[in-house]
Amino acid sequence: MALPYDSAPKFQEYAHPEMIVSTEWVAEHLDDPGLVVAESDEDVLLYETGHIPGAVKLDWHTELNDPVTRDYVDGEGFARLMSAKGITRDTTLVLYGDKNNWWAAYALWVCSLFGHPDLRLVDGGRAKWIAEGRPVSTETPQRTPTDYPVVERDDKRIRAFQDQVLAHLGQPMIDVRSPGEYTGALLHMPDYPQEGALRGGHIPGARSVPWARAAAEDATFRTRAELEAIYAGEAGLRPEDDVVVYCRIGERSSHTWFVLQHLLGYPHVRNYDGSWTEWGNSVRVPITRGDSP
Amino acid sequence: MTPVHPQLQEIVDDFAAVSDKDRLQLLLEYSQDLPALPERYAEHRDLLEPVPECQTPLFLAVETGPDSVVHLFFEAPAEAPTTRGFAAILHAGLDGLSADEVLATPAEFSSQLGLQELVSPLRLRGMAAMLARIKRQVRDQRG
Repeated sequence: MALPYDSAPKFQEYAHPEMIVSTEWVAEHLDDPGLVVAESDEDVLLYETGHIPGAVKLDWHTELNDPVTRDYVDGEGFARLMSAKGITRDTTLVLYGDKNNWWAAYALWVCSLFGHPDLRLVDGGRAKWIAEGRPVSTETPQRTPTDYPVVERDDKRIRAFQDQVLAHLGQPMIDVRSPGEYTGALLHMPDYPQEGALRGGHIPGARSVPWARAAAEDATFRTRAELEAIYAGEAGLRPEDDVVVYCRIGERSSHTWFVLQHLLGYPHVRNYDGSWTEWGNSVRVPITRGDSP
Repeated sequence: MTPVHPQLQEIVDDFAAVSDKDRLQLLLEYSQDLPALPERYAEHRDLLEPVPECQTPLFLAVETGPDSVVHLFFEAPAEAPTTRGFAAILHAGLDGLSADEVLATPAEFSSQLGLQELVSPLRLRGMAAMLARIKRQVRDQRG
């Protein structure tokens, strides 16, 4: 049975308040049957240093990706993964992580490809839980494997591929990378490894809205009014728009996808996970350099 | 395969001897044992070389003494235990060796730690980058 929603007033402003919970809510419901909390971080060892008691670990590199093809796990792989974590199709799966929930949002997006019915993100993620002095544990919970069904991944609704993005040129697109990556001055994130793009710049027509603008100082999401000022006001998106978001490998843009789809309620938002590491290496695709879309 | 120095080989053997699950735990223990920066660097961050190839920014300093003994210093935030763990392995494995011994360390030694599947090759690149920068500094300092 699904757990109750978090009735915090801030969340009620969002289009889908059922997709987000506060740290208080997590603390209150931690022992409820039907709940699994999962931590997803950039750093593969951060979970081991201490996590929300009872939380399982979900690693983007080693668990959500296919080990050979550049793709996510398939239906069977996902079912195996969920089963091993003790998650059933009825589980309320609550995700949190480091860096403003960057990787947790990515994990949530991948789980959404498999249509897991009840997914939620912890507002403020790991940083807020720790800043509030809430308990952490280094104990890895022993989960009983479940009978998670094999559900085929649905790549049509919220995922975009390169040929679809080419066909989408001229329609709304958001580039969520840093300004330097957007203009083409940088081929990779500031202070991060070069992940191999041969050309710099952005997809023609894409507007620049760096992903972290959606987060406040304490790693929580900005209020609906603040988010609307950014995405509807500055970036000119309208709810009826068909929107494609992208970054470098699709992780930062999962965060923006979550904001547009679930907090602002735009129904047609797709994440182009090939992102710049595909586009910036492709032969004869159009590229724009500089600050203008 | 090029042999690695016994001081580093001992660490490689420790990693090879344990199960996957314990291997991550071992990396975590290394990360907790990374020595803090001595004051002369803590107060002069500009003396540290950034290693942007690591996922989380890491800084390092290398000192090659007149006796050709190499000392290594690292700084990485507590929220980046993997990066700290890599730095700690290099510290425990290479600190105190001679310049020649450090320079003889094969670039691909990290592949012997058995961490690819657990940590991902992309994350392991950070360790190779640290080693490359350490070797370059040793070469420069030796003149």
